[in-house]
Amino acid sequence: MLTFAFKRLLTAIPTLLVLLALAFALIRVAPGGPFDAEKELPPEIEARLNEAYHLDEPLYQQFGRYLGGLLQGDFGPSFQYKDYTVTELISAGFPVSLKLGGLAMLLALLVGLSMGTWAALHQNSRTDHAVMALAMTGISIPVFVMAPLLILFFAVQLRWLPAGGLGDGGWANLVLPVVSLALPQIAVVARLTRGSMIEVLRSDFIRTARAQGLPQREIILGHALKPALLPIVSYLGPATAGIITGSVVIEQIFGVPGLGRYFVQGALNRDYTLVMGVVVFYGVLIILFNFIVDLAYRWLDPRVKL
Amino acid sequence: MSNAQLKGAGLWADAWRSLRRNRAAMVALYLMMTVVVLVLAAPLLSPFSIDSTDWDQISIAPSLSTQHYFGTDDVGRDLFIRTLYGGRISLMVGLVATLVSLIIGIAWGATAGYVGGRTDQFMMRIVDVLYAMPFMFFVILLMVFFGRNIFMIFIAVGAINWLDMARIVRGQTLSLKKKEFVEAARAGGVSSFNIVRRHIVPNLLGIVVVYVTLTIPQVILVESFLSFLGLGVQEPMTSWGALVNDGAQAMESAPWALIFPAVFLALTLFCFNFVGDGLRDALDPRDRQERS
Repeated sequence: MLTFAFKRLLTAIPTLLVLLALAFALIRVAPGGPFDAEKELPPEIEARLNEAYHLDEPLYQQFGRYLGGLLQGDFGPSFQYKDYTVTELISAGFPVSLKLGGLAMLLALLVGLSMGTWAALHQNSRTDHAVMALAMTGISIPVFVMAPLLILFFAVQLRWLPAGGLGDGGWANLVLPVVSLALPQIAVVARLTRGSMIEVLRSDFIRTARAQGLPQREIILGHALKPALLPIVSYLGPATAGIITGSVVIEQIFGVPGLGRYFVQGALNRDYTLVMGVVVFYGVLIILFNFIVDLAYRWLDPRVKL
Repeated sequence: MSNAQLKGAGLWADAWRSLRRNRAAMVALYLMMTVVVLVLAAPLLSPFSIDSTDWDQISIAPSLSTQHYFGTDDVGRDLFIRTLYGGRISLMVGLVATLVSLIIGIAWGATAGYVGGRTDQFMMRIVDVLYAMPFMFFVILLMVFFGRNIFMIFIAVGAINWLDMARIVRGQTLSLKKKEFVEAARAGGVSSFNIVRRHIVPNLLGIVVVYVTLTIPQVILVESFLSFLGLGVQEPMTSWGALVNDGAQAMESAPWALIFPAVFLALTLFCFNFVGDGLRDALDPRDRQERS
């Protein structure tokens, strides 16, 4: 297990380097710069600014400097939010995004797993078809369609929940963003669970368990759940990525001050370091998460060799 | 034995028969065709054009008598015609970008699978590395930096989606190469060209068709996601995502501006997903054995 973890971590290094290089190159070849403004700056001031931020150096040198900073956990200063470092901005925005995303993921797993298992146990019944049609609807309605519709219904019409913002950070403000973020993931998890559960329930060891007269609960929770979880575990990687990109939109719609908003704003303002910081941060997060998922997969299914 | 009996049911005839039995998929297929026809026939159905503004009829509710079937937006443009034209863009992006990802994916996957060995390992390692990238962020960057060009959307979206295709095609090619029926054909003296044509391609095609049907909605989703962030197509052209974005901003006073495009978008995605699912069931030989 340890050697596997070590090997797997080694393969993450080229991935990380490609990520850094791609993001850096993409941001730097873009037309426009961070100091573009309505009123053009005098050339000598622009030169001094470029010098101060090391933008006058050749690109490879800047890239090297950036990597050096990263190794010390320094994402550099933000171009747009003066007096803030990108590290500060990320550590201010991420907890909010994490809370939203984490709750959404939890909700998706809980509801998705139970819905999928329920449908599998009642395969081809009317409830099964209803659950699956509902799941398909969930997959087909994009986050940014669902969120305004939820606001329209629950906040504007019924006035049950606030339409946006974080308020005092209470639960009421979190319900709509978390639910809209979780819905598509619930749908996917439910479909995956149903499929794998049906397959597992047909297998010999479940038949044996049934023949021994074990109660249904025991069969599902004690025997069927673990192998049925495999596809869901491997979906966790894409799910995280989905929730992260979804949160960019959700934070925009609900006016939540998370990391996603910084990203879009930063890109529009050519805030090189901020954009780079968010991409790298999320990239590392996804790589790390995939690593954990691989470990979990191996633990669930010892037959997997890598 | 007559010739007709010898011919037997081909893969596609068989698939079609089983798809026809799937009521949900058939309803979705007809709905999808209706949307496509509506979108194509758009200019014949409404007296308005997409960018003609009418300052006397700002944000009016849907009504048959004014011929603004879906109402108007906040500068008095007819939303019926804009929704249908938006559909043209969304569907076109879906088709073209899927085609781009299909071409790259098949070429990459088939090469890796067919050549095998070290080339295969190297090519698939690249796919693995790219797989871990937060691509949505790159696409957003591309759109922000290089303008809201529709060709950029094709390229950007196609460039993300080929990874899955490459993996699927490679896996399929690898396993097909070793199948008994390919060996039998080879032993029977069939030329490799004919083996590929008669045995490998048709078997690849099933999964490719399924995959295409399932990729198109994903691509439409990505495009509308970009348009929603204000990074998609430019005015006066529009797409479903852009319309949803506009509608969401005016939803308290003019909910129809949100609801009609949202319904069209969701309905289309729904149909594609259902047809894709139905096709997968119809073309999956494993399932067919279980049913018979």
